[in-house]
Amino acid sequence: MDMSNYLVLSALLFSIGAATVLLRRNAIIVFMGIELMLNASNLAFVTFARMHGDLSGQVIAFFVMVVAAAEVVVGLAIIVSIFRTRRSASVDDVNLLKN
Amino acid sequence: MTSGAEAVLFWCLAPLMVIAALGLLFARKAVHATLCVVFVMVCLAVMYVALEAPFLGIVQIVVYTGAVMMLFLFVIMLVGVDASDSLVETIRGQRLVGWLLGIGLGAVLVGVILRVSFPAGIGLEEANADTNPVAIARVLFGDFVFNLEVVGVLLITAALAALTLTHKQRLTPRVGQKERADARVASGESLVPLPAPGVYAQRNAMDVPALDPQGRPIEASVSRVLRVRGQERQAPLDAQIAHLSGQGPRGVGSGPSHDVDRTDGPGEPTADPSTPGAADTTPPRTTEEES
Amino acid sequence: MDTSVIDSAWLLVVVPLVGAGILLLAGRRADAWGHWLGVLASAATFVLGAVYLLTLLGWDAADRVVDVHVGRWFDAGSLVVDVGLRVDPLSLTFVLLVSFVGTLIHLYSVAYMEHDADRRRFFAYLNLFVAAMLLLVLADSYLLLFVGWEGVGLASYLLIGFWNHVPANATAAKKAFIVNRVADVGMIVALMLMFSSFGAVDFASVFAGAETTDTGRLTAIALMLLVAACGKSAQFPLQSWLGDAMAGPTPVSALIHAATMVTAGVYLVVRSGPVFTLAPDALLVTAVVGAVTLVFGAVVGCAKDDIKKTLAASTMSQIGYMMLAAGLGPIGYAFAIFHLLTHGFFKAGMFLGAGSVMHGMSDDVSMRRFGGLSAVMKVTWVTFGLGWLAILGIPPFSGFWSKDKIIESAFAADGGHGWQPWVFGLVALVGAGITAFYMSRLFFMTFHGQRRWVESDDGSGLPVRHPHESPALMTVPMVVLAVGSAALGGLLMVGGAFASWLEPVTGHVEHHEPVLPVPVIMVLTLLLVLGGAVLAWRQYGASTVPVEPPVGSVLTRAARADLYQDVVNENLVMRPGQYLTRSLVYADKKVVDGGFMGAAGALGLLGEAVKKVQNGYVRSYAAMMLAGFGVLVVVVLLVWN
Repeated sequence: MDMSNYLVLSALLFSIGAATVLLRRNAIIVFMGIELMLNASNLAFVTFARMHGDLSGQVIAFFVMVVAAAEVVVGLAIIVSIFRTRRSASVDDVNLLKN
Repeated sequence: MTSGAEAVLFWCLAPLMVIAALGLLFARKAVHATLCVVFVMVCLAVMYVALEAPFLGIVQIVVYTGAVMMLFLFVIMLVGVDASDSLVETIRGQRLVGWLLGIGLGAVLVGVILRVSFPAGIGLEEANADTNPVAIARVLFGDFVFNLEVVGVLLITAALAALTLTHKQRLTPRVGQKERADARVASGESLVPLPAPGVYAQRNAMDVPALDPQGRPIEASVSRVLRVRGQERQAPLDAQIAHLSGQGPRGVGSGPSHDVDRTDGPGEPTADPSTPGAADTTPPRTTEEES
Repeated sequence: MDTSVIDSAWLLVVVPLVGAGILLLAGRRADAWGHWLGVLASAATFVLGAVYLLTLLGWDAADRVVDVHVGRWFDAGSLVVDVGLRVDPLSLTFVLLVSFVGTLIHLYSVAYMEHDADRRRFFAYLNLFVAAMLLLVLADSYLLLFVGWEGVGLASYLLIGFWNHVPANATAAKKAFIVNRVADVGMIVALMLMFSSFGAVDFASVFAGAETTDTGRLTAIALMLLVAACGKSAQFPLQSWLGDAMAGPTPVSALIHAATMVTAGVYLVVRSGPVFTLAPDALLVTAVVGAVTLVFGAVVGCAKDDIKKTLAASTMSQIGYMMLAAGLGPIGYAFAIFHLLTHGFFKAGMFLGAGSVMHGMSDDVSMRRFGGLSAVMKVTWVTFGLGWLAILGIPPFSGFWSKDKIIESAFAADGGHGWQPWVFGLVALVGAGITAFYMSRLFFMTFHGQRRWVESDDGSGLPVRHPHESPALMTVPMVVLAVGSAALGGLLMVGGAFASWLEPVTGHVEHHEPVLPVPVIMVLTLLLVLGGAVLAWRQYGASTVPVEPPVGSVLTRAARADLYQDVVNENLVMRPGQYLTRSLVYADKKVVDGGFMGAAGALGLLGEAVKKVQNGYVRSYAAMMLAGFGVLVVVVLLVWN
C-alpha cells in the first residue's frame, strides 16, 4: 500500500503550521500553529506505524498527544497571565530581551 | 491504498484539511482560526481510523478536539474574542522570510518524501489481532511503561503549573458578603435590596418609560423615534415611593438624563450636577397627566 | 702579616650609614643632639682610617694591598659578584681625606646650620654621603664602586636641593643628577664591556685580564670609564652642573663639590690605571679633556661675581689639572692624587672661608658688594689667604709642590717627544697664570679695596651689613684646613714619600726628562703666577671696583654665561630629546592606544551590529530556528548517500 500520500499531507500541514508561527502575531493563533505542527507529526507517526506493522508509532503518537496537552495547558496559562498584566495578546509585545 | 474507499476518503478529506489549515493562517478573527483547526483535527481523527488506529482516533477527538481546542476557545473568550489581528507586518522582512521558509520547508519535505522509495507497507492487521486498544495497551505498559509514568508526572506538573501561573495575588482585601453588608449598614443605605426595574411601573405601554428601582423613568425603554417625535408619555408614580427619587447618594447627579423640554420631569437631575440640592428642591412627582 | 685589623674595614661604610639611618628615622626627637651624632660618626671613620693607616705603614710596601672579603652579593650564572673592600694606599688616602675634611666640615656645619630647623636632616645626608663616598673608594669591584658612585650622586642631589622650597635649588639638584646620569651610562657600558671581555667586574680579574686583551677593547672600556669620570668630576663636556650646584649650603659645596665627590672621577681613572696604561689613545683623550677643562674653568672663573661660582669654576679647572696629570700615564698618576689631596685642603678651606664671609654679610654671595673685609674678619682673612697662596702655587705652600709637579710632567708627556709635551705643558703653564689672576681677583675683591657696603644706612645706596667674625666652631676647622693648605704639600713631598706610598697601586715609574729644564719651568710658572696676581691687584685691589657689573668685552659676557654651556646643552641635547619624547608620547597615544582602542571600538561596533539581530521578537527567533532547521535538513540530505 502506498502511504506516501499521508506523508505528503503531513508535510504540508507541518509547513503551514510553521508559517503560522512565523507570520501571525496573536499569541493564541501562534499556539494553534504549533498544535497543527504536532498533529502533522502525529499523522506521520501513525502512517509509519502502519507501514512497518509496528504499533510503537501509535504509542509514540499517543505520548505526543499527552505532552501536547500538557504544553497547551501551561502555554495558555502563561498567555493568560501575560494578558492580565499587559492587556495584549500580541507576541510582538513580549520583546524585553531586545538587544 | 488498500481499497478505493480509503483513497476516496483521503482525496476528499486531504484538500479540505489543507484549505482549513490555510484558513488558520489567514483568518482575521481568532475564533474563525480555532474553528478551522477543530475541523482539521476531526478530519485527522477520521484518517487515524482509516489508518488502522481507531484508539488514537477516538483519543484525538476526546483529548485534542474536545479538551485542548475547547481550552483554546475559553482562553480566546478570556483574552478578548473580538480582538482581531491587523495584517500589517511590524517586523521588517518577517513576511518575506516567513513565506520563503514556509514554502521552502514544504517543498523540501514534499520533495524528499516523493523521491524516497518506501518499502511495501505491512499493515497492522497482525498487530491489531486482539483489537487495537489491547495491542496498544500491551506495547504501552510493556515497552513504554517508564515513559508512561514520566508522562503522568508531567501531566500533574502541568496542572500545577497552570494553577500557579494563573493565580492572582489579591491586591485589595476581599470584599465578601459580610463586608458588603457592613458597608451598607455603615453608610445608612437601605439594607434590603432595591426592587428590580419595572416593579413600580403601572403601565406597560410602548410610549411610557419603565421605572428603575428608585422610581425614576428609564429613558432607553422608550423607542428613540417616539422620543424624538415627542410622543413619549410620562409614567405615573405612587406617592409613597416618590420620595425615593433624589434620595441617597446615588440619586443626585447620577442616573440617565432626560430630554431638555421636560423641565418639570419627576425629580430627575438637570444636566448640571454642580447645583447641590437642586434635586431635593424639585417638586415631587405629583403631576399626573393621566386621568 | 696579620690582617685582622684591616678585616674590620667594612665599619668605615657601616658606621656613617647607621648614623644616617638613625638621624633620618629618629625624627624631631633627635633635633637636639642629632648633629653631634653625625659629627661623631664622621670622626669615628677618621679614627678607623688612621688606625688602618698606621697598620699599613707597619708593613712592607708590597704587602700593602689587602682585599677584604665581606660576603657574596649575587650569583647570576656566569657572573658572580662578591662584596669586598680593597684597602691599599690609594683607597686609604681617600679615606683619610674624606673622613678628615669631612669631620671638620661636620663641625663647621653645626654652627653654620644653627638657625636651620632641618639641621638634623642635613647631618643625616652628610653622613649618607660619607658612607657612600667611602664605599666608592673602598670597593674592590667596579659594580660595588658603582653603588657608591650612585650613592654619592644621591647624596649630592639631596644636599644641593636641601632648601627645596626654593624652586631654583630643586632645579639645580635635578640638573646635577641628570648630568651625572648621562655620565653613568658610560659606567654601565664599561661594566658591560668588562663582563663581556673578562667575565668578571672586580679589580683583580679586570686588571689581570687587561694584560691579554686587545687594545681596541681596552680603549673602549677606558673611554667609557672616562665618560663616567667626566660627569662626576664636572669635566668638559659634562661640566654644566657644577656652577648650579652652588645653590646648596656652603658646607655641602665645600665637602662634596670641592674636596671629595668631584674627585671621584680622578679616583676612577687612577684606579683603572692598569687599563688606561694599556690604552694610550684613551690616555690621550683624558689628557685633552683635562687640558680643555682647565682652560674652560679658568676663563669662566675670571668673569664670575658670585664668590661660590668662582670657586666652583676654580674647582673645575683644578680637577682639569688632575685629569691632565692622570692622562699623562703612569708618570702622572701619583701627582694627580697628590694634587687632589692638597686641593682638597685648600679648596675646602676657601669654601669654608666663603661661607664665613657670607655668614657675616647676611648670606650675600656677590663679591661686588664685599670689599675691605680683611679688617673685620681677621681669622677668615688669614685662613682664606693661606688657601689663596696655596692655589696660586707660591712656594713653600702645598699647591706649589703638587701643581708644579703636574706642569713638569706635562712638559715630559709622551716621553718628551712630539707635540704633546709642548701643548700640554704650555696649556698647564698658561692655565696657572690665569688661575692666579682670577683667584687673586676673588681675594682682593672680597678682602681688600674699599668697602662696598656700609654699617648703617647713610643714603649712599650701598647695602647695610654687619660683618663679624664667625664663631669658633666655624673658625677652628678653617684654621686646621689652612694649616694643611700650607704645610701638607711640603710634608708629603719630602723624599718623594707620597709617590712611593702610592707605588703599590700606581706602579714604579721611570722618570722622564721634560722638554724644558725643570728650573726653567719653575721660574716661568712663578713669573706667570706673580704676573696674574699683580694684574688682579691693579684692577681689583688698587682701583675702585664698580658695584654694578660693567658690560665688559665679548669674552667677559661669554664667561659670565659659562661660555654658553647651558645654551649648547639645551639645543644640542635637550630640545631634540624633548621633541623625541613628545613625538613618542604622541605616537603612543595615537598609534598604540589608538590601535587598541580602535580594535576595541571596532569590536564594539561589530557587537552593536550583531546586537540588532536580537530584536526581542519571538517570531524572528522562530524564523531563525526554522531556517537553521531547513539548512540542517538540506545538509543531511546532501550528505546522506
